[in-house]
Amino acid sequence: MSFRSLSLWQIIFLVCLLPLVWLLFDMGFDNLGGNPIQALHIRLGDWSLRFLCITLAITPVQTMTHWRGMTEFRQLFGMYTFFYASLHVLAYLTVDNALVWPIIGMDILQSSYIWFGIIAYVLIFLMGISTPKAAKKRLGKSWKKLHRFIYIAACAAILHYFWQLKGNLAQPVFYLLLIGFLLLFRVLVWLKDRQLARMFIPKSTK
Amino acid sequence: MIIKSNKTIPASEITDPQLFKQRRAIIKAMLATVATGSGMGSAMANGNVISKNLVIDNAAGSHALASTPKQLVTEYTNYYEFTFNKEDASNLAKNLLIDPWAVEISGEIEAPVTLHLEDLLSQQVLQDYIYRFRCVEGWSMVVPWVGFSLAGLLKQVRPLSSAHFVKFTSVYQPESMPAQKKNLMLDWPYVEALRIDEAMHPLTILAVGMYGDSLPKQNGAPIRLVVPWKYGFKSIKAIVKIELLKRAPLTSWNKYAPKEYGFYANVNPAVPHPRWSQNSERLLGSNFFSSRRKTELFNGYGEQVAALYRNMDLEHFF
Repeated sequence: MSFRSLSLWQIIFLVCLLPLVWLLFDMGFDNLGGNPIQALHIRLGDWSLRFLCITLAITPVQTMTHWRGMTEFRQLFGMYTFFYASLHVLAYLTVDNALVWPIIGMDILQSSYIWFGIIAYVLIFLMGISTPKAAKKRLGKSWKKLHRFIYIAACAAILHYFWQLKGNLAQPVFYLLLIGFLLLFRVLVWLKDRQLARMFIPKSTK
Repeated sequence: MIIKSNKTIPASEITDPQLFKQRRAIIKAMLATVATGSGMGSAMANGNVISKNLVIDNAAGSHALASTPKQLVTEYTNYYEFTFNKEDASNLAKNLLIDPWAVEISGEIEAPVTLHLEDLLSQQVLQDYIYRFRCVEGWSMVVPWVGFSLAGLLKQVRPLSSAHFVKFTSVYQPESMPAQKKNLMLDWPYVEALRIDEAMHPLTILAVGMYGDSLPKQNGAPIRLVVPWKYGFKSIKAIVKIELLKRAPLTSWNKYAPKEYGFYANVNPAVPHPRWSQNSERLLGSNFFSSRRKTELFNGYGEQVAALYRNMDLEHFF
């Protein structure tokens, strides 16, 4: 790894921490409006969803630009998705609910929007903890299968967003379109590859 | 389409500015007497209002209610005519024209009337009402309203025995309300309704002020309904029409999503919204790492209002 790419990685690493710094600043200076705890949830949830979208966009961008070597950045953004999603869950349990389990339990039981959030987080958690090289090696082929669940995680996260609104759906629709577009791109590439493969099977031994 | 506010007003109907100022002064003076606790029979003690006629703060049971900081109440509102977020209405509502203001009272009554706000108020006794306000979204605040009992006003217009429901209509002012202009989401104007016995209940008020001052526009100026045992969306803002009806009218949120927002909309921790729990609420102004409060049946006003719903299945009539 060259010094230059290492430093770019480091820059991105630090830039990805800025939303957290910004949030802590706003918390400290009472800048989060009338319902700061809700604002905190929205901020952390939004950032984990944004990082999830960036992570998903890496491969299509790589395919279109033929720019290789972005895998390590994809991993970095994936880990930041995990990071902000974990803070989102922790904030719900501690900042909002002070670990009062009867209230948390009832809230989860009766709120279907939280179920989608849990599905998204469990998948992101599994992908997160299986990121280290050793885990990747141990999982072998199933690693790739597991990490395809990122699309399910994304859909669950967006549903989690939709499902708690009284009516205004503009923002989640934006994310939905973005994820839909990225997924469509993957499907098209897959179809094209399959077609090519079929054409070349008789000749190529690969 | 008839749009009230678009009608040209004949010169003869335009209020003389002098009279106008006078009317404003009347309202200010009325609010002042409440705020200082002179006249009107109310006095402040430990931040709670004790009225000689009526102990209003006791409505929430034995515990006293501490008012939410005013700034939170004025900067965190749901006013979908202006915006779908909570912050922007504070600024956007400045465009709302509330002078002059008239309220039409009609329907199944003996004495239909359209009253200028000032004339309407001159017949009422304003008092402080410190109520917990619980939003269907799962947050609450405690607001010291200034207002008067709706029952008093309704009795003045002498409801007929055929009056079973009271319908309230908000202002239609598309030139100042962006969502009305663009026809977004709900059917405008906003409509709410109560059963007549709910409307006549002493806890049900029309508010014209809060925190001892006139009502900020984003909080429903110049006159709004407050029904403390129901979710906030029932407490309709900027009322221009009150109709007494034989049958229950369709109300705005109920029409928009009938499976999610019922006609009654009584605060009830045992009946969750289809997509989220109503078991607990975030009290605005409470600290980070403090627990949510457990939501109370009828928002804590059960002692006073439970009898209205005797033998009713609250899960069915949500």
